Amino acid sequence: MSADAIIRLEELGKQFYTANGTVTALDHINLEIERGEIFGIIGLSGAGKSTLVRCINFLEKPTAGKVIFEGKNLGDLGEAGIRTARRSMGMIFQQFNLLAQRNVLQNVCFPLEISGVSKTEAKKRAEELLELVGLKDRMKAYPAQLSGGQKQRVAIARALATNPKVLLCDEATSALDPNTTKSILQLLKQINQDLGVTVIVITHEMAVIEAICDRVAIIDQSQIAESGKVSEIFSEPKSRIGRQLILGDAVENTDFGNSRQIRIIFDGRASSEPVLAKLILACKTPVNIMYAATRDLNGTAMGQMIIQLPEDETEARRVTSYLSAAKVPFEEVTEDAV
Amino acid sequence: MQFDSTTLNMLGTGIWETIYMVAMSSIFSYVIGIPLGVILVVTARDGIKPIPAVEKALGIIINLLRSVPFIILAIMLLPVTRKVVGTTIGPNAMVFPLIVAGSPYIARMVESSFREVDAGVIEAAKSMGASTWQIIYKVLLPESKPSLLVGAAISVTTILGYTAMGGFVGAGGLGAIAINYGYYRYQTDIMLITVAIMVIIVQIIQESFMKLSKVNDKRIR
Repeated sequence: MSADAIIRLEELGKQFYTANGTVTALDHINLEIERGEIFGIIGLSGAGKSTLVRCINFLEKPTAGKVIFEGKNLGDLGEAGIRTARRSMGMIFQQFNLLAQRNVLQNVCFPLEISGVSKTEAKKRAEELLELVGLKDRMKAYPAQLSGGQKQRVAIARALATNPKVLLCDEATSALDPNTTKSILQLLKQINQDLGVTVIVITHEMAVIEAICDRVAIIDQSQIAESGKVSEIFSEPKSRIGRQLILGDAVENTDFGNSRQIRIIFDGRASSEPVLAKLILACKTPVNIMYAATRDLNGTAMGQMIIQLPEDETEARRVTSYLSAAKVPFEEVTEDAV
Repeated sequence: MQFDSTTLNMLGTGIWETIYMVAMSSIFSYVIGIPLGVILVVTARDGIKPIPAVEKALGIIINLLRSVPFIILAIMLLPVTRKVVGTTIGPNAMVFPLIVAGSPYIARMVESSFREVDAGVIEAAKSMGASTWQIIYKVLLPESKPSLLVGAAISVTTILGYTAMGGFVGAGGLGAIAINYGYYRYQTDIMLITVAIMVIIVQIIQESFMKLSKVNDKRIR
């Protein structure tokens, strides 16, 4: 148990009581989020990740277990205490949730107004934050006049207004295009590094975790399937869901069976050329290496390799036509030819 | 019929009385209706502060008042009106039943405007530590302003219609003129003129509230 955990979830559980019976959204969740890290929570739709992030700031009241924020059990705090705690936890959303009738500056002032900061002071702080997110020139614009990325920047500025220690991001980039996603993630990383804000990222996209997170928890069917350093989980996912999320469906499902095998001959191509890797990337299908004997002779690759093609005929044909196009010599082999 | 000064004076008084009744009862109905609408939305099962019993009870009272046709409500309320206002005839006397009928109507209009406010925005305000009261006056009310103004155009014209019915029970105003001259004395021309004036008033109310709503809405530009 780390001493410097800013948030600790202990045996957290959440059940919803609906007309159709009880639905368990979270089940025995144990997590520690360390001060100053970027922590990712990934899962498929309906895994419970949105409920989990809402339990952290008590937008959803857990039905079991504890949320301990800076040593305080949120469940023990009264309503006023929870409101105060929430001011130390900013939150941004997939749909931005800006106030449509307020301009950018007024939106950022909003959390300061409700925590009783004077108007002039609030305006000053809001301007600083808009400078930070790069939207100072759009202060007087209304949300309807902004792009998705700009709206999320305003939302980030607004979430940071009360100097929170934690920033909760609920699918913050899921409604954005890939380039905008990149720039928003960059901004989150910058905020984490420059302001020391602990960031918790909820997402269903592996790329988001990969881009900014230090540690990750994979949530599946209301439970934490595994958690740890991103580098470790990525190189060796242990849970079924982890493998599915990280390696993708293709790897698990590709059936090699007794499919065709081909011999690739290396006879003088530059050894710096990653022939097989390029093949896999281009054809987007795995191949199975049965045998390899290659050597680097003064920068030239020599030798041969036998690979097994995917059983799917179209995919196999894609591989052979790629090899022909790339002018890599190859020949079909029968199994006993190895 | 000739348009002598008596007729013109009568019409002038009628217009003034109608405007007076509509304005007074609209203002008071909103003063009562907005808080009722807030209570309905806030205490609803999916509201900011769910107290389903309160919402249910208030909903039943509002539905009861709304299901009595206005002209009958005005007659039923005559003894109460006499106690509260001191008289049962004239514009002042009519304002009381107009408020009784207008408030629940406006409460429902306000409720539906509040429901249009994006739940995500309310959630965001909560996540910033806003109290229920702060959410009401800093999120619900300002965010639903354009919709409230459109609702006001409908509510105020409805109240204008009620004042005309009030003519049957001694309200005064244009409605009374139309009823007294057109219905009791078969002077169709006077009735048509009052109707035309009512149409113009409705147009003005409708247009000005729609314009206000548009000017106040920052979502479209």
